[in-house]
Amino acid sequence: MPTQPLNGAEIILKALADQGVEVIFGYPGGAVLPIYDEIFKQNRLRHILVRHEQAAVHAAEGYARSTGKVGCVLVTSGPGATNAVTGLTDALMDSIPLVCLTGQVPTHLIGNDAFQEADTTGITRPCTKHNYLVKDVDSLARTIHEAFHVARSGRPGPVVIDLPKDVLVGRGEYVPAAKVRHKSYKPQVKGDIKLIETAVEMIAGAKKPILYGGGGIINAGPAASQLMTQFAHLTGFPVTLTLMGLGGVPGSDPQFLGMVGMHGTYEANLAMHDSDVMVCIGARFDDRVTGRINAFAPNAKKIHIDIDPSSINKNVAVDLAIVGDVAHVLEDMMKVWKARQYRPDERALRAWWAQIDKWRARECLRYEKTNKVIKPQYAIQRLYELTKDRDTYITTEVGQHQMWAAQFYKFEKPNRLMTSGGLGTMGYGLPAAMGVQVAHPDALVVDISGEASVMMNIQEMSTLCQYKLPVKVFILNNQYMGMVRQWQELLYNGRYSESYTAALPDFVKLAEAFGAVGLRAEKVGEVDEVIKEMMALDRTVIVDIRVDPAENCFPMIPSGAAHNEMLLGPEDEADKPISEDGMVLV
Amino acid sequence: MTVQTDAIKRHTIAVLVDNESGVLARVIGLFSGRGYNIESLTVAEVDPHENLSRITIVTSGTPMVIEQIKAQLRRLVPVHKVRDLTVEGPSVARELALVKVAGVGEKRVEALRIADIFRARVLDSTNESFVFEIVGSTEKLDAFINLMEPLGLVDVSRTGVAAIARGANPL
Ligand SMILES: Cc1ncc(C[n+]2csc(CCOP(=O)(O)OP(=O)(O)O)c2C)c(N)n1
Ligand SMILES: [Mg+2]
Repeated sequence: MPTQPLNGAEIILKALADQGVEVIFGYPGGAVLPIYDEIFKQNRLRHILVRHEQAAVHAAEGYARSTGKVGCVLVTSGPGATNAVTGLTDALMDSIPLVCLTGQVPTHLIGNDAFQEADTTGITRPCTKHNYLVKDVDSLARTIHEAFHVARSGRPGPVVIDLPKDVLVGRGEYVPAAKVRHKSYKPQVKGDIKLIETAVEMIAGAKKPILYGGGGIINAGPAASQLMTQFAHLTGFPVTLTLMGLGGVPGSDPQFLGMVGMHGTYEANLAMHDSDVMVCIGARFDDRVTGRINAFAPNAKKIHIDIDPSSINKNVAVDLAIVGDVAHVLEDMMKVWKARQYRPDERALRAWWAQIDKWRARECLRYEKTNKVIKPQYAIQRLYELTKDRDTYITTEVGQHQMWAAQFYKFEKPNRLMTSGGLGTMGYGLPAAMGVQVAHPDALVVDISGEASVMMNIQEMSTLCQYKLPVKVFILNNQYMGMVRQWQELLYNGRYSESYTAALPDFVKLAEAFGAVGLRAEKVGEVDEVIKEMMALDRTVIVDIRVDPAENCFPMIPSGAAHNEMLLGPEDEADKPISEDGMVLV
Repeated sequence: MTVQTDAIKRHTIAVLVDNESGVLARVIGLFSGRGYNIESLTVAEVDPHENLSRITIVTSGTPMVIEQIKAQLRRLVPVHKVRDLTVEGPSVARELALVKVAGVGEKRVEALRIADIFRARVLDSTNESFVFEIVGSTEKLDAFINLMEPLGLVDVSRTGVAAIARGANPL
């Protein structure tokens, strides 16, 4: 039965409703006014007005990663779309499902260098999973449904839909979501059972196994984290996680060795290096994880489980690859393990754990306990202790504070850490926290931040205050772009070129200027006090923690070094100079 | 599944895609963005009913790189099929070139004589020039063009490689 034709903007709102979208983060402009007019006329879809389009995308990322839903963004043509590019790239690198609607000049003006025209599909082609330019109203509904399907299925990612203004005002037919089937895009979800059987056999024979999990576990939904934990317990194997995988097994689990990679723990990296069977589950052998590639886990048989076939054999050649959703594959692996009554090699495993315990005894995350200055690690440890019993979500910016957050905050559940892993985008954390708080109004949402990063999207304090989002911006203020300063110390003889953050604002006054609350801790004894005070406030808060400006983040595997060439602390800096090859790497 | 050899080899890859705007840019952008090289690329619609185009790409790389190229191509949403004609059974490949040679006297006679040996056809002729049409493997075309060089070669237009698997099955 033919339905009443709708205009393009009405179709968009209907399609978003059909897709279950409750919140959209956006910023208006000429090209999207018809959509804004429809938003005005209804109150089902909630619009959050950001202060910069980049922040809209990060907010949608925070929303998506903390809920498992698709995040949704609406921006205008030209500068609106180009401002969104960093966020889209960030979402692509971290496999975050997003749909971003961009305005466009009317079809007859495309290519004319019209006012606020940009080649949005051209610009965003390499930074999206897919993008569309909708050229007529009749394909609009179908395109939106397809975009959501592409964004959320397989390896998730951002999708852009570019919408010329004439398409928004023209009239056309609405197509319900159920009728849309894609011809070519069909990601594989179930793993090949023959390969799974082979994998389980390899795993059962392991003497020095390691489970290495990544963001794929989080993306596969909370069930995947449970399965991952069960699998670890069933086998008794040690587990390490990437930055993006934290929360994939509980941070307090005795089998969890901590994070792997450049600033991962000594025990995790050495267990990777010395392992004989490595099971990579939803991770991608990123250069931050592997260190020098030709020295990466030289004796390990590697099994790789990933939903994206292009992740397999990209950086590291593996011995067995299983393409599929990690939750499905883990489930099948456990079925096979149980059905065939496999038992781990108990004796070998005991010896392996004894070795791991020796590595653990090095206490690689140890730092100087002092009353003279606030150590950043201490501030995060206290934050963890005081917030762990609350329903807490953590976001971070990028830098040392991010790594300390990953090292010292124990994530017990998935979807609790929102951080820019792949792109490393300073300015991600504050807007991401905004998105998380919108999705979880009653939760405690903390952006663990650096004084430099926070300035990159500080304007969003205004958004937080407008919507009364009680996000806590927890700044580890070391007055330096600490991570840059650390590299300059290690690699450039302490020539701190442009890494001092001079002329910093008074963050307490800045908070107040936005209508938020500003708190400060300058002495060790004040840390607990301000954390408690911040938690007690149902307001947006900036907490300025004045930490040791000279502290470095250890352990560290310098670029171009192998896992077993890690620097454990300042005492190692002099003994292990960084190789020339390493100098060209980032 | 460990890929052992690091030798760089040339592969011909056939890609069936939706014939929609931007699809070629996606494929080319993938190659340039990830640093893969394209030796030749041809594209044309092959199925107007299903609205499908076929892209034939000749590329080269180590086995690991070639695997990556195929996996990355399959990841593109409008891509239906990716086949490596170099490794998946026997295939035939052809390329066409139009070759313009200008000259008079002995060189002109020699050009015509070589064209005859290569079974190139004369498509256009003036008193001082020929346009030859030659069809064959990339190597045959290269050889012909090299021979024309000293005989007054002025212009070349090549189609790039079209390739198809032998036997009765579709792509
Ligand atoms: C947008 C962007 N620009 C530059 C960088 C490079 N970068 C990485 S960490 C860092 C310093 C961050 O300083 P701060 O936020 O104070 O964190 P800290 O390292 O001091 O904890 C810089 C400049 C980046 N990651 N992102
Ligand atoms: Mg800093």
